Amino acid sequence: MGAGFGRGMTVYTRAYKSAVAIPPLLWVTAFLLVPYAILFAHSFWAVSPAQVIVHNWNLQNYAELWRNPMYLAVLFRSMRIAGSVTLLALLLGYPLAYFVSFHATKRKDLLYQLVIIPLWASYLVRGYAWKTILGSDGVLNGFLQFLHITHGPVQFFLYSPFAVVLTLTHIYTPFTFLPIYASLEHVPRNLVEASHDLGASPWKTFCRVILPLSLPGVIAGATFAFVLTLGDFLAPLLVGGPSGIMISNIVVSLFGAAYNWPLGAAISLCMLVLVVALLVVTEKIEKRLAA
Amino acid sequence: MNENATAGADRPAGTCRADGGKLAVLSVRNVEKRFGARPVLRGISMEVTSGEFLTILGESGSGKTTLLRLIAGFESLDRGEIWMGDERIDEIPAYRRQVNTVFQSYAIFPHLSVFKNVAYGLRAKGVRRDEIPERVNQALAMVKMGEFAASAPSKLSGGQQQRVALARALVNRPKILLLDEPLSALDANLRKQMQAELKSLQREVGITFIFVTHDQEEAMALSDRVALLRQGLVEQITDPREIYGRPATAYVAQFIGQTNLLHAEVRDGVARAGALRWRPTGETGDPGKAIFSLRPECIRLAGAQASAGTNSARGASVRFRGQILRQTFGGAADLIEIDSGNAQILRARIAVPGLLPGEAEFEFAEADAVWVRDSAAG
Repeated sequence: MGAGFGRGMTVYTRAYKSAVAIPPLLWVTAFLLVPYAILFAHSFWAVSPAQVIVHNWNLQNYAELWRNPMYLAVLFRSMRIAGSVTLLALLLGYPLAYFVSFHATKRKDLLYQLVIIPLWASYLVRGYAWKTILGSDGVLNGFLQFLHITHGPVQFFLYSPFAVVLTLTHIYTPFTFLPIYASLEHVPRNLVEASHDLGASPWKTFCRVILPLSLPGVIAGATFAFVLTLGDFLAPLLVGGPSGIMISNIVVSLFGAAYNWPLGAAISLCMLVLVVALLVVTEKIEKRLAA
Repeated sequence: MNENATAGADRPAGTCRADGGKLAVLSVRNVEKRFGARPVLRGISMEVTSGEFLTILGESGSGKTTLLRLIAGFESLDRGEIWMGDERIDEIPAYRRQVNTVFQSYAIFPHLSVFKNVAYGLRAKGVRRDEIPERVNQALAMVKMGEFAASAPSKLSGGQQQRVALARALVNRPKILLLDEPLSALDANLRKQMQAELKSLQREVGITFIFVTHDQEEAMALSDRVALLRQGLVEQITDPREIYGRPATAYVAQFIGQTNLLHAEVRDGVARAGALRWRPTGETGDPGKAIFSLRPECIRLAGAQASAGTNSARGASVRFRGQILRQTFGGAADLIEIDSGNAQILRARIAVPGLLPGEAEFEFAEADAVWVRDSAAG
């Protein structure tokens, strides 16, 4: 009787499990796997001189990426920008998260909300805000001239890699803040007390206890910032100018005006492989740190 | 900085002495602490003697852990002073105090091996690198954890983590070791074993232990002295036998072991509680109402041999006839509830061969009814 009851439970659980699992599986298949398959197929096709996508399978697109130095240059620039944004976002996000987690006693919730609120504002609004600040008639130039530090509008603020890095750092700092804050909140406070108790100064305690234990958050935050920046195309569009073009802008134009879907698909797949590889590596590191 | 503070070792000049002419390593003076509007410590003073095992006992909310945290430096006090020898320590940060703590939840660094956990304090204080391995291994051997030096803390059981926490604190040779309910997370058997080990370890290293617990049995078993806290005040601080035998207040009498509180009327040297009448032998305070504590094991069947540890052998006895309300088997001695008349219920612990009849004659020595004050806390 006991066994029969047990089996009945198993059947019920299994039915329940599939009922829960099937809708998301269908969703992932229809909107993720199938599009990726289409993308994958496109990357081996070509555009005929008559502007028609022809299905003759070859590696021409990948060869083109390798042959044309422009693509690699833009890719490296994108990675450089993503690296700078990651570094800056960590340098801003970590101290902020540390302060809110460890030293903001009464205003903790308020400060946390203040960091989160920009995430509610549309990405476009924040991008345009920087455009208004950095432009030649912008707030920054007006302010510098008002203080007589400069005597005419400084042009290089806007439409430069610098502007892209600045804008993206602003946009993605909350993404580094959140996981770092979460991991700092998980550092047991009695470990900090134990460290002080054993004679370690606050600085030594930070280096030997707090920082090592918050590394998973740092890695998660860095991954967010890097991956999101690497695939960004709006910030370069708004504030980047020709010198601030990133790899996603090229994909956008290949799928749009340039009408070369196969080449765009090839670039997209390369990016995808790059990002997935990065995620796998960082997840491995995070797991090792957690163990 | 790191000299071993064994009892009777070189005394710094100007150190005050605690009772018995022994050296006071720690002196807590009129310490007050409040959290927001809530007073937690309301004027605590105590002297801790070098090499002693002092237990701070109290129920939750009594302020015992707060007192320990003030000594360790994790909290700052509102009023009063804490001195270690001739150095005032309440104003210096935790990492410069020569005390070490064993935390209730062990607080082992999860990202460091057992060895590195124990070496942490030595490295932080800048002990010579070639000296560290020997001292760490010594400390680990002392708590029988030598073979686990390379282990990750997550692979250890609660009892083993406890030992690592002890080794990590002791390796620094602190003047005082603070222990915050270190055994409360262990199961009963392990707990008894660790109690015994703690006690022998303390004798071995000669370091002053200040041990916080809510378990009065543990306090009695381990301590040279017990300080019982209640609502932020010291109710009594003395050795375990004294605190059990001569509780200062009704609260102490009830908290330490079991007791009968007799609310008596004292007039002309005679105390009356219900139908009981006796001549108090000790101090009784002002005439009028008074409370006496009478331990259950001090009551015996009339004419029976007095049990050890009671005063029954000496002085006059009080005889009374009582109705037996309930008798509960308790192994060596049964717990017997007696109605001694006029609604005065007494609990007695008596070794009896079987069930008692409905009524019996009992007695207790007058000297065993100990006068107690009302609680020190309001």
